Amino acid sequence: MSMVRKAALLLAAALLGAALSGCHGARSLDPFAIPDAFDESRAYEITFWAKNDTNKTQTAIYERAIAEFETLYPNVTVNLRLYTDYGRIYNDVITNIATRTTPNVCITYPDHIATYLTGANIVVPLDSLLADARYGLHGSALRYTPPGEVIPQFLGEGAIGGVQYALPFMRSTEACYINKTFVEKLGYTVPDVLTWDFIWEVADAAAAKDADGTYLLNGQKVMLPFIYKSTDNMMIQALRQQGADYSTPEGGIGIFNDTTKAFLYTVAEHAGRGAFSTFKFSSYPANFLNLGQCVFAVDSTAGSTWMGTYAPLSDVHAPVTELDDDDLFHFETAVRPVPQFDPAHPQMISQGPSVCIFNKDDPQLVLASWLFAQYLLTDGVQIAYAETEGYVPVTVAAQGSAEYREYLSRGGEDNDLHYGVKIAATQLLLDHIGDTFVTPVFNGSASLRDAAGQMIENVNKSVRRHETVDEAYMEKLYGDVTALYRLNSRGASASAGRAELGPLPAMSVGLLCTLGAVWLLLGAYAVRQAVKKHKKTAAAS
Amino acid sequence: MKRAMALVLAMVLALSFAACAKDDPSKKSEGVMTYAQYDAAALDTEVTIEAYVQAKQSWWEDQGKGQATIYTQDPDGAYFLYNMACTKAEYDQLTVGTKIKVKGFKSAWSGEVEIVDATFEIEKGTWKATAKDVTALLGTDDLIKSQNQFVTFKGMTVEASKDADGNDVAFLYKWNGSGQDGDDLYFNVSLNGATYTFTVESYLCDNTTDVYKAVKALNIGDKIDMEGFLYWYEGVNPHITSVTPAK
Repeated sequence: MSMVRKAALLLAAALLGAALSGCHGARSLDPFAIPDAFDESRAYEITFWAKNDTNKTQTAIYERAIAEFETLYPNVTVNLRLYTDYGRIYNDVITNIATRTTPNVCITYPDHIATYLTGANIVVPLDSLLADARYGLHGSALRYTPPGEVIPQFLGEGAIGGVQYALPFMRSTEACYINKTFVEKLGYTVPDVLTWDFIWEVADAAAAKDADGTYLLNGQKVMLPFIYKSTDNMMIQALRQQGADYSTPEGGIGIFNDTTKAFLYTVAEHAGRGAFSTFKFSSYPANFLNLGQCVFAVDSTAGSTWMGTYAPLSDVHAPVTELDDDDLFHFETAVRPVPQFDPAHPQMISQGPSVCIFNKDDPQLVLASWLFAQYLLTDGVQIAYAETEGYVPVTVAAQGSAEYREYLSRGGEDNDLHYGVKIAATQLLLDHIGDTFVTPVFNGSASLRDAAGQMIENVNKSVRRHETVDEAYMEKLYGDVTALYRLNSRGASASAGRAELGPLPAMSVGLLCTLGAVWLLLGAYAVRQAVKKHKKTAAAS
Repeated sequence: MKRAMALVLAMVLALSFAACAKDDPSKKSEGVMTYAQYDAAALDTEVTIEAYVQAKQSWWEDQGKGQATIYTQDPDGAYFLYNMACTKAEYDQLTVGTKIKVKGFKSAWSGEVEIVDATFEIEKGTWKATAKDVTALLGTDDLIKSQNQFVTFKGMTVEASKDADGNDVAFLYKWNGSGQDGDDLYFNVSLNGATYTFTVESYLCDNTTDVYKAVKALNIGDKIDMEGFLYWYEGVNPHITSVTPAK
């Protein structure tokens, strides 16, 4: 074989190799490794996507935290972008992963992080950072007082597949905010722990109307006795309380069972009587509660400042001054755990914002992001943010601080910082931390959660539209929800990193081989033409 | 030959007149409700309406399904289509004036009457609403009868809102000042001693639009004219699309 032919074949092989390697996709990020030291001679700019509850005090706390951090680390600039909806953060992050334009620090849910993890090295594992002697929770090289120990249960909620990916920022649970005045008017007494039987019975009683369609309880044309804000939590807690399947850590979907169906039938029964509705269908439980149009409003403890006669935050224009005792807007608000099947062993969801860090090519930038994310766990930020709503701080130091304990002791002193309903909701969580639980986190757990709530939404809507809810309906519902949320096509895996996709389909293999063969032939043809031309030239000379 | 030409020309002229004849925008097809019938329909009942697109919020996807919120109207009333299913290509066809037939369920959310779970088909015809002056209806029980319509307010005065630090400002990002540039704008305007909260809905008019910039440039005490859609949230809360100095 001549040198020219050999060179041509080598070139063709190289071209083919390059073409095939191009099919493997963009280069993924390298795993993050903590640098030896934070390079303070360089300037860094980090983006922080955060969620606030349309609460201007929370916005101010974020802004103050950023300003304080930038004073401590003048070489780091933090750009804040605010959302009011976790779902929108999730959608934007998913969109930005493909273009490597994720934020640096992000308030999120562990469920969402599980989906982000389908890309390799997208989210930074935090174990080594947490434990780092210089920059971790007890770090010696920090420019702020180290946050110290995180409440172990809260920290554990951010572990996915045994790896710590989420740092808890605040914790909350759900609570039932009750118009106690209405309950007593109906002849009942609010128990320490509500049961599902109690709440359905009282809600049905509150839905009684006269011949004109006026509700007997409030004399109005509007009454929704029991309104639930987050129907995903409603289903998840109901299943957990009854020991029924929901999901497994391996990603097994167990929600389509008889307990779920029985619960949906119960919802249908009471929705059909006008005793129950949801936020998605009817609007904010707080609005109905504050207008004297609701008895039981279930929402997060982080929604407590919206609840009650003297709520400091409210979207409805009920007068709160010079109220008569008989005024519908003037009622006593009781705060209780969500309804239980077994009141002796209450179980309630643990929730609240967490923080994750997105990996970047520059480990120093990631370290800067970590320094800021950890700053959010310092006492000043934790206590201030917890006091805006029914949140609890996530660190041992903040929860045990004299300042925080003094705040808790002053519930009811005013209708602002020490608003009684807010502090009652906070105390509810502190009293029941051992009764809280979280659901397994895996790629698809966020969709499963959405599906859980959607089933309640669909049943509520169908009943109000006078559709028949029977076995055929339930079978179709299960199928529709499975398809909508793609619950039957998920690779169940609790492990971190890229999901195993299995062997390529035969058609894909055939296509790739064909592409390779075509390139080979093209290369060979080009080489042959070049050799022919070379020969002609050599012959002519 | 001449007769044939004359006949052809006459046919062409007749066809032209037929083509140019305007649809009656109030006329409804078979099986479609009039506005009065829609208005009288109970909540949570299925409705079929025909209306003309007047504006639309941005398109988005949820669980892979495209949707958008559309403001529609006919000469008799307006219909707010909340998160109506549509692909991006379909959304792009919903230009102002486009006629659509919509099937969905009548619903209400915090006082806002809307059609949910809606599907649609584009029909032939076009119509655009002119802004109805509802200034004199503010504070009356009749205002709600114009809900969701394209309306105008004349000669209202910008009143102070309180920002996060308690300062008097002409507008807020989000209803309580907790937002930032790109979020909804809320501002207070008064007439005859009563103050109302109006909104620039950012999914309808984002921060690149003239109205968004105009509201950001407002000063307390300015007297302004506005146009927008008479949206309702626990009371009148119009989505404003235009702000100009009062004449």
